[in-house]
Amino acid sequence: MSLLARRNLLHDKVRFAVTLTGVVFAILLMVVQFGLFVGFLETTSNNVSHSKADLWVVSKGVRYFDIGGWAPFSERKLYQILGTPGVDSAAKYIIQYIIWKKEDGGTENIQIVGFDPQSGLGGPWNVIKGNPEDLKADNAVFVDDLYRQRLGITHIGQVGEINGYRARVVGFTEGIRSFTTSPFVFASFKSAQNYVRLPENQTVYVLVSARKGVDLQQVKRDILARVSDVDVYTTAEFRWMTQRYWIFTTGAGVATLIAALLGLVVGVVVVAQTIYATTIDHIREFGTLKAIGASNLHIYRVIIEQAIISAVIGYIIGISISVAIVYLSRRNEAAILLPWPVALALFALTVVMCVSASVVSIHKATRIDPVLVFKT
Amino acid sequence: MSEQAISVRNLTKVFESGEAAVHAVNGVDLDIHGGEVAMLMGPSGSGKTTLLSMIGCILRPTSGSVRIQGKEVSGLKERHLPRIRLAHIGFIFQGFNLFPALTAGENVEYVGLLKGFRRAEARRRAQALFEQVQLANKYDTFPADLSGGQKQRVAIARALAGDPDIILADEPTAALDSQSGRAVMEMLTKLAHTRGRAVVIVTHDNRIVELADRIVEIEDGKIRRDHQEAS
Ligand SMILES: Nc1ncnc2c1ncn2[C@@H]1O[C@H](COP(=O)(O)OP(=O)(O)O)[C@@H](O)[C@H]1O
Ligand SMILES: [Mg+2]
Repeated sequence: MSLLARRNLLHDKVRFAVTLTGVVFAILLMVVQFGLFVGFLETTSNNVSHSKADLWVVSKGVRYFDIGGWAPFSERKLYQILGTPGVDSAAKYIIQYIIWKKEDGGTENIQIVGFDPQSGLGGPWNVIKGNPEDLKADNAVFVDDLYRQRLGITHIGQVGEINGYRARVVGFTEGIRSFTTSPFVFASFKSAQNYVRLPENQTVYVLVSARKGVDLQQVKRDILARVSDVDVYTTAEFRWMTQRYWIFTTGAGVATLIAALLGLVVGVVVVAQTIYATTIDHIREFGTLKAIGASNLHIYRVIIEQAIISAVIGYIIGISISVAIVYLSRRNEAAILLPWPVALALFALTVVMCVSASVVSIHKATRIDPVLVFKT
Repeated sequence: MSEQAISVRNLTKVFESGEAAVHAVNGVDLDIHGGEVAMLMGPSGSGKTTLLSMIGCILRPTSGSVRIQGKEVSGLKERHLPRIRLAHIGFIFQGFNLFPALTAGENVEYVGLLKGFRRAEARRRAQALFEQVQLANKYDTFPADLSGGQKQRVAIARALAGDPDIILADEPTAALDSQSGRAVMEMLTKLAHTRGRAVVIVTHDNRIVELADRIVEIEDGKIRRDHQEAS
């Protein structure tokens, strides 16, 4: 490592602190804005992502997850699906808006999720208390820790009321947010069917688990060929349709997307500006270096090293604070998520930004006007 | 002298600034041999810095030729020039241009490192130079804690560190009081003479001209007068 690069940074500690602050600020901005967007995407489609299903069979025309409850279809179709080649198992599934009545009489809108506990497809995840098996019991439900207060629930065994029926809490999940602000309440398909008064022979969705190694698109086509009036989507397709729906049909979605993009742009600009300013600050020294016989390559190395040191230290500080923010936000309504690929991409972005910002200033430094070194 | 350290022929630099073209240096011929101390004098804007920059290979001439130790450099590609500067030329600036983040000693070691010496060897050489410029006790001091005269002596040590044949100084005493200016100049001329180096010093300072072997007066980019001093 070049002596000058390291010393230049440490020499002017205030300057270095300002540089790092710029980089750290940019990283925090990007993590928060991007994290909110990632959180938004996850929140809008979490039940689809965590369903363990390979395919979703929905009523023709259903374009996103939350809406399916208004268009149930006959459960005869479940048997047609089960008879399709490539299908390993399939299960009925309910999603529907409904009212929850607290013990104290207050009410809350909820979304009831009814899944088949036998297959486990579409069941709760992140379980922190209780056993999903217990949901086989009639009128047993899981609620999320985040919404305990809203649902008036303090402990296991407590009872609420859904559409006139008892709902006994037998377990808690953690961090299953609802984008629609109506908390998800998990129950068996049978209980849910009861709550929402879905006719005996109807289902909202059918979740399909395909045989290992089969071509999902082929299974999709086979199901479509034998089952009428349905659409079939892979889990990834249905997740994206749901995400897209909520991004583009709600102001919040577009705003979050724009904020994420702005965060990215502002972050890039802040880092570039910070590094550029730091480099230009030293421009006369680079001119001197050139005059005393340093090759352009050497000057590049010094400047790039300075940029990389700033990038790495700034990233370490920035990402540490980010992880703390993400941790603190885990109980908020709006999730800030920082999946490791995003963190990694951010590291690459930071280094690339720092290096390219410094390279732009190098361009100036290596085309030094002698006036620069000779003037006082 | 069989070979001139610096040999300049019909050297011209034109700056195109908008409509007007400035002939900063206009057809200069100049030979300076090793061991010679030449002072370049002239009014402000007469082209002294421009001429010095072209001799020092940090500015490309518009036309004409510059030979350093007999080697033509004016046609060389940009990427070959740092090596020429490192091997042949030591610069001294009016503003010292020391690296503030390095100690005085490290400023001088740096040139050794650029030349490819190991740290210990670069240090040994730098220390010897500090003896010569009488700053041995300031080796580990940062430039900010040195006086102007001391800084310029460090700069002299740095200019000598690559053991160049040519030393180019642009108004090296302008920022110094007359006493330290004189001390710096005496040191510079003495060190130049002992190793047979060619020294070109741009100056306005009439108090130091007596130290010159030769005075070259320049005006409007042209040499007006070129005369040897009796010594
Ligand atoms: N980079 C440049 N661009 C345009 N004009 C320049 C540039 N450098 C010097 N000049 C002009 O060239 C002339 C000589 O400048 P310079 O060599 O700095 O003079 P001196 O060092 O004798 O004061 C001046 O008129 C100056 O304005
Ligand atoms: Mg000048």
